[in-house]
Amino acid sequence: MQASILAFRGRRYLWVALALTAICIIAYWLDDPQEPPNGGTLLGYSLGVLGALMVAWLTWFGVRKRDYLSGSGTVQGWLSAHVYFGLSLMVIVLLHAGFQFGWNIHTLAFVLMTLVVVSGLCGVFIYMQFPERLSENRGGASRSELLDQLEDIDRRSRRVAAKLPEAFRDVVTSGVQRTELGTTLWQRLRNQDRSQIQLPNASATVPNKGQEAAMDWLAEQQSRADAESAATIAELSALLRNKRKLLRQIREDLRLQAGLEIWLYAHVPLTAALLMALLAHIVTVFLYW
Amino acid sequence: MKLELVIVGAGPAGLSAAPHAGKLGLNYLLLESSPAPANTIQRYQKGKHVMAEPAVVPLRSDLGFAAGTREAILDGWERSLSDLGIEVRYNAEVVAIRGERPDFVLTLADGGSLTAENVILSIGLQGNPRKIGVDGETDRSVQYTLDDPDEYRGETIAVVGAGDAAIENAIALARNNTVIIINRRDEFARAKDGNLTLITRAIEDESISCFYNTGVASIETSLAINLNTETGETRVPCDRIIARIGAIPPRKFVESTGIRFPSDDPTTLPELSGKYESNVPGLYVIGALGGYPLIKQAMNQGFEVVEFIKGNEILPADHGILEDKFQYLPYDKSVDETLDIIRNNIPLFENVNGLILRELVLASELLTPSKSDVIFHKNDYTNTFISIVEGEVEVETDSGNLITLGPGQFFGEMSLLSGRRRSASVRASAPCVLLETPRREIVKLMNSYDQVRKVIDRHFIVRTLRAGLVPDAPQGELEAVAETAELLSFRAGDVLFREGDESDGLHLIRNGSVSVSRNIGGRNIVTTYVAAGNYVGEMGLVGEARRSATVTATVATESIFLRADIFQTMLQRNAGLRERIQTKVRERISENLRMEAAPDAGDLISFLMQQGLGEATDVLLIDETLCVGCDNCETACAETHDGTSRLKRAAGPSYAQVHVPTSCRHCEDPHCMKDCPPDAIRRAPNGEVYIEDSCIGCGNCERNCPYGVIQMASAREDAPNLLSWILTGSGAAPGQRQTVATPNAIKKAVKCDMCKDLSGGPACVRACPTGAAIRMSPSEFVNLARKAN
Repeated sequence: MQASILAFRGRRYLWVALALTAICIIAYWLDDPQEPPNGGTLLGYSLGVLGALMVAWLTWFGVRKRDYLSGSGTVQGWLSAHVYFGLSLMVIVLLHAGFQFGWNIHTLAFVLMTLVVVSGLCGVFIYMQFPERLSENRGGASRSELLDQLEDIDRRSRRVAAKLPEAFRDVVTSGVQRTELGTTLWQRLRNQDRSQIQLPNASATVPNKGQEAAMDWLAEQQSRADAESAATIAELSALLRNKRKLLRQIREDLRLQAGLEIWLYAHVPLTAALLMALLAHIVTVFLYW
Repeated sequence: MKLELVIVGAGPAGLSAAPHAGKLGLNYLLLESSPAPANTIQRYQKGKHVMAEPAVVPLRSDLGFAAGTREAILDGWERSLSDLGIEVRYNAEVVAIRGERPDFVLTLADGGSLTAENVILSIGLQGNPRKIGVDGETDRSVQYTLDDPDEYRGETIAVVGAGDAAIENAIALARNNTVIIINRRDEFARAKDGNLTLITRAIEDESISCFYNTGVASIETSLAINLNTETGETRVPCDRIIARIGAIPPRKFVESTGIRFPSDDPTTLPELSGKYESNVPGLYVIGALGGYPLIKQAMNQGFEVVEFIKGNEILPADHGILEDKFQYLPYDKSVDETLDIIRNNIPLFENVNGLILRELVLASELLTPSKSDVIFHKNDYTNTFISIVEGEVEVETDSGNLITLGPGQFFGEMSLLSGRRRSASVRASAPCVLLETPRREIVKLMNSYDQVRKVIDRHFIVRTLRAGLVPDAPQGELEAVAETAELLSFRAGDVLFREGDESDGLHLIRNGSVSVSRNIGGRNIVTTYVAAGNYVGEMGLVGEARRSATVTATVATESIFLRADIFQTMLQRNAGLRERIQTKVRERISENLRMEAAPDAGDLISFLMQQGLGEATDVLLIDETLCVGCDNCETACAETHDGTSRLKRAAGPSYAQVHVPTSCRHCEDPHCMKDCPPDAIRRAPNGEVYIEDSCIGCGNCERNCPYGVIQMASAREDAPNLLSWILTGSGAAPGQRQTVATPNAIKKAVKCDMCKDLSGGPACVRACPTGAAIRMSPSEFVNLARKAN
């Protein structure tokens, strides 16, 4: 409905970034230095200064995002510009280096910058794709509502199990206690169901992926039970089936939310590393002037 | 021995009169029916903060009083009673007063009698608590007041009653006890909105059990309460019974003394002179019974009435304030003369009691604009009511016409009644004297004087007709139409009319809002939303005889209903009206066609209306196709508002990828404003509803808000410098500031103020990195819905 970061204000910053890149390319093309193009020519230095300033400005986004009293535009505008200028930086830095690479600190800085830009691109992709999927998966409910529904199913399961022999109560309780949604961001992202369950007469817990162990056990009990108990067990199975569906929905929600966050775990530390390498690059360049 | 003065009732008014009578050398006696002074304040809950309103009026009493806890005030008075040697007799209920100055005879409940030259009645309005009315009602375990709910733990307590006092007691007791509430009816109709929410929730989650449609049959002293329920008699054993079933109003007793009331309406006050003397010579009435429910005013009257009885002419305590207010007026007159000018120039106030008019002026501002000064601009969000004492103003209508209003007329009633922005700009066309009265004062006046309400209502109708339908019709014709118009009220969800009904008239939406829906392919599809100030039902009046759509109130709504025959007469008389209506009809039809093409858009509008957004003026919505769940909106809100976020992004429902977070929607007629003792909730000219620092932390607004967007918050630590936090990590991260524990600090109400003091607009929207957070007014919903589908 609203304009995304890419479409912000009629792609205003795309055009600005394209223009800037075009100017740099034309300058590179027109430039005719005595030595092969590199960071040491007049144009090379100029592009280097421009690149360094752009890195500083792009990093400043982290500050602007948290400077809530700032009156300079909106964070959305800043992010839109951040994306497009980050991409044009790649080209400008290549021109600055005159496409020369080697096993040195300068190329390290370039590699780190590339990783930062690539991780940022992943972020853009995720930001463009995931929110809609997140919203569709939730189907109008909030995460806490989904968790409340889960709690409600557990409570009802306990109530139904209370009508059956003690083993059922134990199985339900153990199933509730050992259902896992993933604690770390990585676990959530991989969407692994590491739930376990303690079944009667078993020496250790067994995996209960998709609540299957619990449902199998219930099915077996149901086949042996009298009519009245069988109906109650069927009721319990139905609740478990709902739980399984709900858990899948919650796990997908957590997975998408983890995806929305995890790329920053690469983008931000890589930016810090880039800043260090860039500093070293600048210092060494001046040292060997 | 005959006394010079008997004061009946030792509330704030009587307690203040007594020491002053002593000081002026009167031979007096103060009588109190209960065993302690200030019975009403004794009945407040423990620790209740008592206000010293109105703040502008100075206290004039030999007895001290300042805002504080119930205990501090009561202790202070008890001490003064002995220090000042006040002559008081407790447990002395007066059952009859006969005679007039100087020969009054007062009969007491114990059979004794007193004679006096003058009598002051300061018995308040509380009356004596109503008893349950069955055997055992006076048993020791049956009580009619509750001092401290925390005094009882682990008991089973039956609370009888369904008013605010009963609910407040039940809720407070339920924290540590098993509580059963006994309600004679099938709902809690008399309770304030906030209390209603509390008790319904408590009954739903079973923390309080409730017997509806149930009366008390008898009380066993052992102790149990026998109830007559719908299904028969039930015995409920309990440890304590608390009955809060109101009080017997003192009016009958007051009338028995010979005092006259102007009407039978239970809210009417006795007729009093400017010196608080009733029609019975020597019998004076002060305090709540005389129309002054505030403690400080009652105490001032206690002081003043004794002076009057002594024959001294003294100026009322608020004299100085009025003098200051009047000093810039072009009259060189005394306060009383200026008040007379106001009354004589403004017919609306003609029959208003002198003391009440004085109060109204005290709460109002007097404006003296020069020629061509703007009083207010069109689309401002102010809602004061302005009367012209002198001079002329011009109202600029939409059609560009200028309407001139002169002395005695008033304006501003449109926004006052509809809660919407100013519908026109008003400027002075000559030097003026204007009386600008705050909304709540004029609403109070409308509630007490039917005549005032009628006049304002009629003007509202005439001006609405002129603004939207018949700008050129003569005043007389419009007034005749206004006489026949009916004012109708609807609750949220009520239907104004249904598709297929016979078209019987036109509804002008006075306040609230409605949604229009049509049955398309078996589905009820909302086609549009109509806000206050507009009209619905016109289609059936110019074309078909049947309603072509269903109109439903989205929130509590009032409409002015014009019958079809009246409307037809107007059509015949006003050439332009048919054309205007036909233009409107064309717009509606094309709106219908557009919405029929995108039926899901209608569902989104209904969803938004179900969230109560029909009464919103500016609401935060989140586009779920863009929201990444970073909560930067919440952090931005917290960091721009002392560390506490006023919005909860994740909470709240979603539909068609539009999410309504828990956040203030700045209602047209804000529920939070209804019961704010210090009047701290205000509306800024741009519509922002905000809370001023004078909040006393009572929590009324939090309870009254149906959308849960107000919270009581403690102060938080200061934010660290952002750069030093980023570089060193020292101090609290944005949005993570901790509360500071200060002894005696109260939690104050906080809510969204739409960042009215920040340049650049709401921080939540500006801080959203993806542009998912948007703010809009309901009139933009139709566009939003179309874009979303």
